[in-house]
Amino acid sequence: MAVERTKEKWPGRVFTVSIGATAGEGGTRGRVVTIGGHTALPFVSPDDPPANRPVIAMIVRDDKPRDWPETLARPLADVLGSPVEWAQKCVEEYGAEVVCLSLASTHPDRQDASPDQAAKTVRAVLDAVPVPLMVVGCGHHDKDNEVWPRITDAARGERCLMGIACQENYRTLVAACMADGHSLIAEAPIDINIQKQLNILVTEMGLPPERIVLHPGNASLGYGLEYEYSIMERIRLAGLQGDRMLAQPMLAILGEEVWKAKEARLPASQQPAWGDETYRGPAWEAATGMGFLVAGADLLAVLHPEAVLALRRAIDAAVTG
Amino acid sequence: MYVIGERINGMFRSVARAIRERNADAIADLARRQVEAGAHVLDLNTGPTGEDPAGIMTWLVSVVQDAVDVPLCIDSPRPAVVAAGLKACRRPAIINSTTGAREKLDALLPLAAEHGAGIIALTIDERGIPRNAEARAEIALAILAATMEAGIPPERLYLDPIVLPVNAAQAQCKEALAAIGAFRHLCDPPPHIIVGLSNVSQGAPNRSLINRTYLAMCLAVGLDTAILDPLDEELMAVLRAANMLLDKEIYAEGLLG
Repeated sequence: MAVERTKEKWPGRVFTVSIGATAGEGGTRGRVVTIGGHTALPFVSPDDPPANRPVIAMIVRDDKPRDWPETLARPLADVLGSPVEWAQKCVEEYGAEVVCLSLASTHPDRQDASPDQAAKTVRAVLDAVPVPLMVVGCGHHDKDNEVWPRITDAARGERCLMGIACQENYRTLVAACMADGHSLIAEAPIDINIQKQLNILVTEMGLPPERIVLHPGNASLGYGLEYEYSIMERIRLAGLQGDRMLAQPMLAILGEEVWKAKEARLPASQQPAWGDETYRGPAWEAATGMGFLVAGADLLAVLHPEAVLALRRAIDAAVTG
Repeated sequence: MYVIGERINGMFRSVARAIRERNADAIADLARRQVEAGAHVLDLNTGPTGEDPAGIMTWLVSVVQDAVDVPLCIDSPRPAVVAAGLKACRRPAIINSTTGAREKLDALLPLAAEHGAGIIALTIDERGIPRNAEARAEIALAILAATMEAGIPPERLYLDPIVLPVNAAQAQCKEALAAIGAFRHLCDPPPHIIVGLSNVSQGAPNRSLINRTYLAMCLAVGLDTAILDPLDEELMAVLRAANMLLDKEIYAEGLLG
């Protein structure tokens, strides 16, 4: 007997968010990346018109990272410390669709780089690569509030994705994004109620709901993946059920969160049973990313080039079925 | 829950005047305000009018669907007016309403089938208003059978247990609540269950208090659609709180402010 495939029908739809603006739209990007727009759960409804496929952003830091394991540092060794060259390598060599620029150097406990320096870096990276840009501050609230207005201004019209706003610190970034035409990352670590509340607060300030990307927290395989997975899944379900304050595309930042895990870092010389770390490390980052894709992530920020390749293959396979 | 906004009804004096003067701006404004306040569907009722009710319904449909992009609920006791309204709708509408009386079903079910429309069915029949929940459920079952026979699936049927004014038929308020519970078990998936909420407070003082209290009670037993006044802010606040308490909407502080 033929089995009839059930087709899902949901009343809601995930908002579509575009990152980057071409010359015709007031920016200088070579292309625009669009995420979201889903009318069903990820990868389960080949009957539905395909929504936008998940996108991989490659992380670029504006400072020289410390304490990276050799496996992670090796492929990027020639560009570490130069965000422009790092971004160019990601785009030209590894085909990054988006660059995720981390302004780690602005943190007062690191180099305490000035807002002007940060703005220069953002502009230089924009001028060096044609892909859309996302920019994340250092996470220090007071410093982020000094830096954000300068970098949104330096990237005016480029429709970047700027972050990261949280419940304790969102007003300055919302105002700066509204003034300079950017979209915003809204973060609530593993808390769907605060995620929704933050969206209500941000949209009440006047930023449209289709200019927000949700970041439900940081996690890695073995270190909280399942918590973030279940929150992302609930967010997607609520959005599909028609909750406009949870119907935004979602971001998962892999990178250093994953590479903190000993399972990704430790060399085989210290843990022979775990096998070759040059395979294991990128696999750990890719496996974490695959988990988030299945949970509904639309945008992954990734560090290791091998993990990027693995995730791209996985997305191709999942999209084509 | 689906909210059907009740305000575009010729029974309201200001609406009757807007209809008389063909004041499209006033009608469009009322449509937009209801949708902004949270209405998912808008009810259109020409009210008692001597001249060309079908023409007026067609005009209302065209004005409202130019102003807002939501489905409409065509509200008239006359099948010819309903037919005119359905014909003018760009997207599937809801018919308001049939009863369990054979004559009504015969007139309106073919229209619902032809236009792919939903249909609201009051659980009364030739014998009048039922006395209790059991009698309502009996009529509901007959309506369900008739709609399915006409090719209308349960998800396009909106069963109404008949809400009567608390000041006139006090005991009937809890009978309607019991009927809502019973309707949920008629079939799987169940039909929609709807009330005309404002009926409960007809003729009483402090209508908003009665309306919102009864809404919360109805939601708790399974109501999923209501015709109500979305411009009543306190009522809509109760709806949001009830949705969270019933785990139908994700909690957020900002919804309770």
